[in-house]
Amino acid sequence: MNAIIFSAVWGVVMMFGGLIAKNKTTVTYLAIVGLLVLTAVNLLHSCGTWVIKVDTHETLHFDSMGLYFNTIAFAATFLYVLLSGKDIERTGVHVAEYYALIFFVLCGVSILTSFNGLLMLFLGIEIMTIPLYILTGADKRNLKSNEASLKYFLMGSFSTGIMLMGIALIYGATGRFGITLGPSTAPSTGLGFRPSFLEVGGLLLLFVAMSFKVSAAPFHFWTPDVYDGAPAVFTSFMATVVKSAGFYAFIKLMDIRTSILGDSWTIILPLVILLTLLIGNITAVFQQSVKRMLAYSSIAQAGFMLFALYGTSVLSKEGLVLYAFSYSLATIGLFAILIRLKDYSLDGFNGLAAQHPMIAFSGAVFLLSLAGIPLTAGFFAKYYMLSAAVRAGGIFWLVIAAVMLAAISVYYYFRVIQSMYFKTGTPEWTAPVGKVFGWTLLLLAGILIYAGLFPTAVLKFIYF
Amino acid sequence: MISAFLILLPLVTGAISFAFRSSESARRFSLLSGLLSLGVVIAGLFPANASSLAIDLPWLPVMGSRFTLAMDGMSKMLCLLTALSFPVIFLAVYRQSFRSPGAFYGWMLLSQAGLMGVFLAADALLFYFFWELALIPVYFLCSAWGGERRIAVTIKFFLYTFIGSLLMLAGIIYLSFQMPTTSFAISDITQAAVNSPNNTLLFFLFFIAFAIKMPVFPLHTWQPDAYEESPSPVTMVMSGVMVKMGIYAVIRWLLPVFPSASVQYADIIIAFSVTGMLYASLIAMQQNNLRRLIAYSSIAHIGLMAAALFTSHPGATQGAMVQMFSHGVNVIGLWILADAIEKITGTRQLNEMGGLARKAPRLAILLVVMGLANVALPLTNAFVGEFMMFNGLFHYNWVVAAAAGISIILAAVYTLRMIEKILYGTSDNIDQPITDLSPNVTWALIVLVVLVLLGGIYPQPLIDLTKDSVEALTLKK
Repeated sequence: MNAIIFSAVWGVVMMFGGLIAKNKTTVTYLAIVGLLVLTAVNLLHSCGTWVIKVDTHETLHFDSMGLYFNTIAFAATFLYVLLSGKDIERTGVHVAEYYALIFFVLCGVSILTSFNGLLMLFLGIEIMTIPLYILTGADKRNLKSNEASLKYFLMGSFSTGIMLMGIALIYGATGRFGITLGPSTAPSTGLGFRPSFLEVGGLLLLFVAMSFKVSAAPFHFWTPDVYDGAPAVFTSFMATVVKSAGFYAFIKLMDIRTSILGDSWTIILPLVILLTLLIGNITAVFQQSVKRMLAYSSIAQAGFMLFALYGTSVLSKEGLVLYAFSYSLATIGLFAILIRLKDYSLDGFNGLAAQHPMIAFSGAVFLLSLAGIPLTAGFFAKYYMLSAAVRAGGIFWLVIAAVMLAAISVYYYFRVIQSMYFKTGTPEWTAPVGKVFGWTLLLLAGILIYAGLFPTAVLKFIYF
Repeated sequence: MISAFLILLPLVTGAISFAFRSSESARRFSLLSGLLSLGVVIAGLFPANASSLAIDLPWLPVMGSRFTLAMDGMSKMLCLLTALSFPVIFLAVYRQSFRSPGAFYGWMLLSQAGLMGVFLAADALLFYFFWELALIPVYFLCSAWGGERRIAVTIKFFLYTFIGSLLMLAGIIYLSFQMPTTSFAISDITQAAVNSPNNTLLFFLFFIAFAIKMPVFPLHTWQPDAYEESPSPVTMVMSGVMVKMGIYAVIRWLLPVFPSASVQYADIIIAFSVTGMLYASLIAMQQNNLRRLIAYSSIAHIGLMAAALFTSHPGATQGAMVQMFSHGVNVIGLWILADAIEKITGTRQLNEMGGLARKAPRLAILLVVMGLANVALPLTNAFVGEFMMFNGLFHYNWVVAAAAGISIILAAVYTLRMIEKILYGTSDNIDQPITDLSPNVTWALIVLVVLVLLGGIYPQPLIDLTKDSVEALTLKK
């Protein structure tokens, strides 16, 4: 609750801060302070201290995993602002508003990690995505940015409609918004148990809407255009914190309810996963722009995160936290480098290692982690996801297909490494890359390697 | 303790080596590190007590994986091979200078750490970790210091091996969940495989990973390209030590874990291996490129080992163990010579060479010795292993043994043809002045020649060293 209140309040503070602050850097500092405060109050909540006592009537339910997920999201945003704050300032004139919108997104994230009813899920999703529509179009004079914003808004609205329809159907069938199974559908009657048609239909609609939000195939079509068109700084935020939060909500939603879908679930989910992995990985291979490649690779990564929907085991939830952690940090780091480059194509990276060894090394670690090479956090993230699927049983072929497709991902991630290390050239930068930038990247890389050696260090805080 | 030290030493020295700027200090430092590792392995051959070798620490308690290293006869032998190879290779390329030498030697030492880990790990997840750790440095070495087509060739090599190892990972994950508590210990994995219903699938998941690494026909296509384009010292490591990872893994992680499947599918695998031997030998006969010739010759030799392992004949297994060491020594020797010849003549094409016997006598003598070892002439180390393996193959099926025998004859054909083309005839086609081997290369080769003769005349220590591993494998069956 602390996080929800503080993020909303700080969003307003940021807006008015823009009026008072004389220059853009002050605004960034204000945002950094805000993120630190946000992380702190969230940790306070984890320790059981509520800053303001609110009775949510069980529409929200806070558990340690959700709070820990918040912490990861806030810390990732903190690192993101630290790395790319300068680039946010250069996007446009309304810097304070951008930060305010980011705080509102975080408010949506904290609702999504704690929702206990479909209504709150809906609210969280909307609070999270509406600011994003604006951020996508932040580059006002760029037609591609405008197009992306409109596309995102239209497609997002459709999926919202579908989601509402699903909620309405479920409400009609069970008479309640609760996330837990209602008495009418609890499978207590044994073999005779049959969920109502309305409830199954509603749940499928919810599945479609959530798949849309996390860009799972075949609902992924908006992703490449939006990620490519949006200003790269905001793509970075969208592809990491927002996407991970969407997944967290997805899993929280489907966790209990998959039993309603019965056997059809074991057909739908593998198909969606396979399709997502296929489309994401195969299309990414052909991209020449690193930004667009990362958009497709984020679809491919979503395919792996979907594995967490398998089974209700602790493994899948822990895995998702680890995946969100490693994927977000690596992508934020990689985007931070990309944003500063003038040329987003692969050639733009040529010769980076000779020019800035430290940045190139960090970039290589991020790419290795995304590819899931051992010694990086990405390996254990993928490992947990595959384990969750194997533990659920019966779909070993999907695991084999997934690892084959993961091998394809090595090809396009390594192309960036090849450009940085084995090709000659001098990358051109839009903004100077200072010492702080390099060291922050190195810190990120260090965290990823440490988590790749001792993933339990990340996971043990779930049960804090 | 000793086993942990074997991994830590190259790991730490490798990391330090990245800081070196000058070529001179980097190569001295890495040679010293290599010799230190060799010293540690030799200390490990005569342990004070058995417990001083192994190490067992908790690593990932939640997943049931432990940092377990064990050192039996086979591990000792392969660690010895690794620890021997690196200083010899460093010595052989001592006079060569590499771009950013600190990084070059750093990656080399890191790959040594990975290789040691592969040969020592007794926990499946840890094994997988080191399996990859040995691969990544090679990726960087080949891509940064290789020949003209290096980038395309290296990514091909990397993807090939990576697909294989990911399949193995899927298998490992599956097996680790078959026990009541998740575990990766080798005994638990074995136990899990017995109860598992998907034995055939799992067997092939593991086998493909190892077959790519060895490589077994038809999964070998990465190898000639990679050997041709890699920088010479890396080629030496790859063909001398790294391909042994595949054979080692078959003996350690495939045959004991899936005993029934490995008997069931032995026919297919042996058929492929022997086909590969003939195929590779025939191509080697046609080769005009020295490096590709040695690469194909290596595929043929590895094919024999792969076939021998699946005969379930203890003698053949013993032979394959001995041959792992011998092949490592011989092929590194051949690569050192090939590298030296390339430097002397300025070409890789056999038809442009000739007449080196008169102008470079030291090279001629050493090349003939190494060539004869490659043919497995009696009194050279390769004869012992190949004889034992043929014995096993003959007991398995005489047709197979006959087919494999043809490839040995072909080996003589292409090796002698190679020697003839290089040493005899005229040196008119060579533009640059011909010099003999430099002292450091000569000494590196002399060390190898001593090993070749020692292994050929008195192979008993090598057999004794690995006997326990063979017996353990036979008991399992």
